[in-house]
Amino acid sequence: MDTKTTTAASMPQRNGAQASAESSAETAKLLTDLYRQMLVIRRVEEACAKAYAQGKIGGFLHLGIGQEAVCTGAISTLKPTDYIVCTYRSHGHYLAKGGTAKQVMAELYGRQTGASKGFGGSMHLFSEKLRMLGGHGIVGGHVPLAAGVAFGSKYKKTDEVTLCFFGDGSVPQGAFHEGISLAGLWKLPIVFICENNQYSMGTPLYRTLAVADVTERASGYGIARQRFEGHDVLTVREGIAEAVARARKDRQPTLVEVMTYRFRGHSMSDPGNYRTKDEVEEWKKRDPLVVARDRLTRELAVAEDKLSTLEASVRAEVQEAVRFADESPPPSVEEMWKYVYSDPSTNPEKM
Amino acid sequence: MARLSYREALNQAMSEEMALDPTIFLMGEEVGHYQGAYKVSQGMLEKFGEDRVIDTPIAECGFAGVGIGAAMTGLRPIVEFMTWNFSLVAIDQIINNAAKLRLMSGGQFNVPIVFRGPGGAAGQLGAQHSQCLEYMYANCPGLKVVMPATPADAKGLLKAAIRDNDPVVFIEGEKLYSLQDEVPDGEHLVPLGQGDIKRAGTDCTIVAWGAMVRLALEAAVTLEAEGISVEVVDPRTIRPLDEELIFASVRKTHRALVLEEGHGISAFGAEVVARIQRACFDDLDAPVERVHRMDVPMPYAPNLETHISPDAPRVVDAVKRTLYRS
Repeated sequence: MDTKTTTAASMPQRNGAQASAESSAETAKLLTDLYRQMLVIRRVEEACAKAYAQGKIGGFLHLGIGQEAVCTGAISTLKPTDYIVCTYRSHGHYLAKGGTAKQVMAELYGRQTGASKGFGGSMHLFSEKLRMLGGHGIVGGHVPLAAGVAFGSKYKKTDEVTLCFFGDGSVPQGAFHEGISLAGLWKLPIVFICENNQYSMGTPLYRTLAVADVTERASGYGIARQRFEGHDVLTVREGIAEAVARARKDRQPTLVEVMTYRFRGHSMSDPGNYRTKDEVEEWKKRDPLVVARDRLTRELAVAEDKLSTLEASVRAEVQEAVRFADESPPPSVEEMWKYVYSDPSTNPEKM
Repeated sequence: MARLSYREALNQAMSEEMALDPTIFLMGEEVGHYQGAYKVSQGMLEKFGEDRVIDTPIAECGFAGVGIGAAMTGLRPIVEFMTWNFSLVAIDQIINNAAKLRLMSGGQFNVPIVFRGPGGAAGQLGAQHSQCLEYMYANCPGLKVVMPATPADAKGLLKAAIRDNDPVVFIEGEKLYSLQDEVPDGEHLVPLGQGDIKRAGTDCTIVAWGAMVRLALEAAVTLEAEGISVEVVDPRTIRPLDEELIFASVRKTHRALVLEEGHGISAFGAEVVARIQRACFDDLDAPVERVHRMDVPMPYAPNLETHISPDAPRVVDAVKRTLYRS
């Protein structure tokens, strides 16, 4: 039913050392795939913004435009059996784990063909099959849950790894501390990834954190830490691959901070008056899509027309997803009652 | 049939289920090496080992969340709160995550988890350790709320809760742990949502759950001496609620008293009263009465604790009011 797409999740795995030894042809192939993934995310989110403006979708809409390299690079290091647990800004993560543009758009349109069958919305994308465990709307509240997923992998003695994404705004939350603290205590196979986009909603970091380097907290939890820039998808991939290997082989958690920036407001209602136009423009010079594309054409000699073809196919895929969402039926009332309790003998209408 | 304490019945339920299913584990503060703050998990560490009886730091939000994540991915955790008062720092995990994940995911994820521990007042524990919080959890679709009153129910309900595929809030009576009674051996299951007539009677129905069932029975004995026959209905689970059992009793007695240990405003008892008046309006011969804790945080001094808490004389008076005999 869906357009065939190479997803970050289906890409070959390489560790850092091997990555540096890749031939430029291999790098070109890999980066082209990652570029395509990021472009799908960008175009889907642009389509979301448009549909929101048209009143086609409701509720809250948090876009990750500008941050695409983080989820794309990180999730490209995973096996299909690995898990991700994310925030309310996770369209990109869902797509990178193997979800389709159609499923994202249909969910935002509140249709039964959506990622969560129209029951979750933009903030609550889920996929049991892809092991995407949300889409969570309470800042930091998913961090202990993610530790629990990793706890389950340890309990079942599997080699699964969990990636837990959150923003810098989660760091002052109690749940963040408790979740990572337990992961450190029990040595759980998990990577905590702080997507530091410099603002928790509209408040800059220096007004929310006494210690700006988020990873300094790792020493208190007895876990490893890494910190790097997030505009180059290959840098992110290499950094997260190291942390994933630590989780998979050594069964040790890592606290990672990736420096990034969202080009749009916190949500659609945010005009972004707390930052200057110059600041935003400065970050846009490091737009992960521009960085990847420049590298592909200048360093890796990928032909312009090849990229144009790819870009046209992404545009068509997203247009098709919008049409699909618009034409899909809404979820039924009968289905709603089935999702309150799993035991069919429990009748929630009689509660 | 063996004579067990309420505490032993709970232990037996967990031990039997854990022996049957390796995906079940027990997690909480002091559940292992300390043998349980209230000794409910006594001996379980020796039986099941550290991988399945897991001591946690004092981090309720953290380990409640860990349980939920594990439950989403194929395990069946039992998470013990040393008391339900401490669940308030984990309430985001229970209400925002456990209760809602199934619906939010369009039915893709279940959360088969039991949160259990003692609730209610237990003698001069003060304002922060004497709360009855079932009203809060009973308001949340997606959760089930269980409040056993006897050792046999404690075992049967806990086994059913552990086997349930949805999150269960299991509130034990802190004052009931030493209560002894007959408990069926082995496979004894009490389905969630099935109430029980704890005493049959004809003149007035008392609806009570958890620790209040004993109080209702005590009042019933006093009233019997005065020629008043009381029926005590214990719903056992307040979500789902066996309302038909309550209605049938009220249609027979034509009078009702709803008794609960906690505060009255926005309480679950108010919900029961609302349902009775809607379903049994024509059957009622008197307004439905209520007995509950007075509207004040629990004071420490024993005379004041006694003063604000439901007791048998207040229950007796309330029943008499339904009979216009006060």
